Amino acid sequence: MIAEDLNIILPEIILSAFALVGLLVAVYTTKDKMGGLLVWATAGIFVVLAAWIGMTGEGTRIAFNGMFIEDGFARFAKVTILLSAACVLVMSENYMRTRGLLRFEYPMLVALAAVGMMMMVSAGDLMALYMGLELQSLALYVVASLRRDSVRSTEAGLKYFVLGALSSGLLLYGASLVYGYAGTTLFSGIITTAQGGDTSLGLLFGLVFLIAGLAFKVSAVPFHMWTPDVYEGSPTPVTAFFATAPKVAAMALFARVLHDAFGNAVSDWSQIIALLSVLSMFLGAVAAIGQTDIKRLMAFSSIAHMGYALMGLAAGTAFGVQAMLVYMAIYVTMNVGTFAFILMMQRDGAPVTDIRALNMYAKQNPGRALSMLVLLFSLAGVPPMLGFFGKLYVLRAAYDAGLAWLAIAGVIASVIGAYYYLRIVFYMYFGEEQSEQMDRTGGGVLPVFLTASALIMVLGIINMFGVEGAAQAAAGALVN
Amino acid sequence: MIGLEHYLTVAATLFVIGIFGLFLNRKNVIILLMSIELMLLAVNINLVAFSSFLGDMVGQVFTLFVLTVAAAEAAIGLAILVCFFRNRGTIAVEDVNVMKG
Repeated sequence: MIAEDLNIILPEIILSAFALVGLLVAVYTTKDKMGGLLVWATAGIFVVLAAWIGMTGEGTRIAFNGMFIEDGFARFAKVTILLSAACVLVMSENYMRTRGLLRFEYPMLVALAAVGMMMMVSAGDLMALYMGLELQSLALYVVASLRRDSVRSTEAGLKYFVLGALSSGLLLYGASLVYGYAGTTLFSGIITTAQGGDTSLGLLFGLVFLIAGLAFKVSAVPFHMWTPDVYEGSPTPVTAFFATAPKVAAMALFARVLHDAFGNAVSDWSQIIALLSVLSMFLGAVAAIGQTDIKRLMAFSSIAHMGYALMGLAAGTAFGVQAMLVYMAIYVTMNVGTFAFILMMQRDGAPVTDIRALNMYAKQNPGRALSMLVLLFSLAGVPPMLGFFGKLYVLRAAYDAGLAWLAIAGVIASVIGAYYYLRIVFYMYFGEEQSEQMDRTGGGVLPVFLTASALIMVLGIINMFGVEGAAQAAAGALVN
Repeated sequence: MIGLEHYLTVAATLFVIGIFGLFLNRKNVIILLMSIELMLLAVNINLVAFSSFLGDMVGQVFTLFVLTVAAAEAAIGLAILVCFFRNRGTIAVEDVNVMKG
């Protein structure tokens, strides 16, 4: 019995054992000299685990009396999380090495955060949910303040910690109410208590608190205030990490809780999610207009994108979950490419984050500028790029579920949001001439990620590389 | 006779005090950490009360997990706070403002 259970959580066990052993070995031997090696090793193990989970997994397996669920949905999310985390790790190696930030703790903390995220997407119980979420969050608080000697980085860590802890408190209060009124912490038990229409008031309160806590983690408005500061203050590779894997994990957890535990009470939560979605889309689009720091801009961009992903969730159908998963996969790919570009924004080796530094960048480096143009069009949702199809998916899901007003609001917000993406394109191609030029070379593997991501945005429109089918199977495993 | 609702009222009150402590406090980041701890302990009262009321042990197991995580969280919070203090020389909440947001 226990052997079977352990077999199901083997990927998580391997990854946590790797992190602990790596930490010990590095502490007792060469310390930070091992940083580079450990980054590559961690990225390698992420890719191997992703391939293993993606290739061999079949059907639904349940471990520890329902606490841990390994189904198609969890596998889809895990593969996305692991691959994006591996990309970000490889991308950060060069940047961190040149700035003396390549401490061995960094890859180990990312590995532990990844274990937490894998726990989150597989959670079948409020306790498993909480433990996974905290493992991820605690690792991320530390990674945010990785640059110990910088006021900005530690301030980002402090803000992230305080607001993250508040959100955990809200989520936990919700969990305690759900436990009290459903009599169990198992999702499979809660769903039988929470029948549509006659959900008890206590359970409803618990649900609202749970949603508030999770909305913090996906940085949906009105729980978004930490995002711009944390994105701006953290070292850029860490920001790239924050913008990808944890967002997928939190979104998948959101879907897991709403459908596995409250799947019979869709009418109770659909309106709340729709409201979060519409607020996030509009605030993300409007507040980004005045930003000149590209990392802050990406923070508002991610808030807006989370709004679109929530739109898929608000539909409350299997197609909605499929749309959400497709959207998240596209979002992560776009963000990996965009952050590869941001990591390359340097002048005399020092990082630049002001978007006005990109004036006439197309003349200095046409190749990179073209890739960035494709990515920005895709982020804005301009038709021939993949980002447009992601938006189309969620809009259709919302429309099919009878939320036409939400779909219309989404279209309007995306038109407003297009402005600030296109402004960067404008600077790059038609901006003013400037004397100081950005560095042309350097970046190591970064141009590869930038070009690959841009190519995916163009070539993906043929068949989306099979993500559609995988997402459909994953959504089918969650909603039935 | 003290019933479930009394416990829930106490827990809800403590929880709200914790939230107000987070938002109204302008003095010291340590007070923020205390407020967070207060919120988590309010949740624990909730869980134990429900557990005893339902005659189900799961709630108390949950409480133990929450206590453990709260300890880890406080440790990490203080560590980040020490780093921040070294750089900024102050831990007043109103001085956590290098970035406007």
